[in-house]
Amino acid sequence: MEHNDKDEILHDHNHDGIDRRGFLKCMAWAGTGALCLIKGGVLQSYSLSRLPELKEKDVQAELSFVQISDSHMGFNKPANTDVVGTFKAAIDKINALPITPAFMLHTGDVSHLSKPEEFDTVQQMLKSASAKDVFYVPGEHDVINDDGKEFRDRFGKGGQGAGWYSFDNKGVHFIGLVNVMNLKAGGLGNLGQEQLEWMEKDVKHLSKSTPIVVFAHIPLWSIYPEWGWGTDDSAQALSYLKRFGSVTVLNGHIHQTMQKVEGNITFHTAASTAFVQPKPGTAPSAGPMKVPDEQLRRLLGITDVNYRRGEHALAVVDSSLG
Amino acid sequence: MKKLIWMGIITIALALAVGTPLLRAVLADNAADIKIDNFSFAPETITVPAGTQVHWTNHDDIPHTVVSEDKSFKSKALDTDDQFSYTFDKPGTYKYFCSLHPKMTATVVVK
Repeated sequence: MEHNDKDEILHDHNHDGIDRRGFLKCMAWAGTGALCLIKGGVLQSYSLSRLPELKEKDVQAELSFVQISDSHMGFNKPANTDVVGTFKAAIDKINALPITPAFMLHTGDVSHLSKPEEFDTVQQMLKSASAKDVFYVPGEHDVINDDGKEFRDRFGKGGQGAGWYSFDNKGVHFIGLVNVMNLKAGGLGNLGQEQLEWMEKDVKHLSKSTPIVVFAHIPLWSIYPEWGWGTDDSAQALSYLKRFGSVTVLNGHIHQTMQKVEGNITFHTAASTAFVQPKPGTAPSAGPMKVPDEQLRRLLGITDVNYRRGEHALAVVDSSLG
Repeated sequence: MKKLIWMGIITIALALAVGTPLLRAVLADNAADIKIDNFSFAPETITVPAGTQVHWTNHDDIPHTVVSEDKSFKSKALDTDDQFSYTFDKPGTYKYFCSLHPKMTATVVVK
């Protein structure tokens, strides 16, 4: 492993796995934002403070999209009394990106209490974003009193079952999953048999070189089950993706960025645009965490994802709002 | 008319003198409070006589729900300081959880 003082690490590796120490270093930066790129089997990782040093060719991509998450419109507690303001800051950040993203993914908890006016505010505000199309999956806050009917009527037209769907863009196959319905006492996130069967069929016809992006609200990897940060039947879903060369899984829910690479799958969780939650196990429970005002926007953020044909994985860039 | 007013005054006086403490005593026997705090129900298990009205109050800055596993009762989303009440008429063991955060589980035992 080469390591220099410029917050940059380079790893040569001939196989699919990524050097564990490199990954941990990448994770350590994630709190403040990090860019991870894989080029020709070499992992390059930069802290966000170094983004201005990147040359234009470094950010060129065939497909660029943005993930936003956990806008919790309607939340008004001390952890953030201005979720409209921070959501606006997220849109400004998207509009300031050097490339206009092809579309946005919203990985759930659009609203805080599933109220129509909360959904409305997000929909109206997103009209001012440079990217016009938004693909949504619900969080548990979006399906509270009506099993997600209002959410599906607004955001999930054309979806199957509880609202899952897939689409293709520039040769990348995207799968939006719903893992916040019919949660069982004592359990975690839940996909359910019907959705799993649909997913198995959905990817069956794809060639193994097709890059796959899966997005869902609750993490599809076990981050901290004690706080419900995982999905009971995610292993079954991921087993359908083993034969693919490049799989990226994008989630929200935990209101902080984390990354993990396991075999062919890169897992990534996005920051919230609304409020911060504690790091796993560092507090009596999950939930909104009050941080000093001057720190809040640094801990909220958006995720920019770039795909370059012929490369092993997608490059994921987290930007804070501050 | 005057008689009616007097009767009214006496009734109110009686109610204040006797009824209120009595009412309090009755309520104390037949009500129980459960706090929702830090993503948990406290007490986690509560044993009450049949006919008890149980009140749940959410003290978290995040909404929770109170949903029985057998679907016999189900609250709407309780925002901060919101309350949900349910009267348990029949003896039995009632397991419930928060449908938003299903790791939150607890039990009401009715004797």
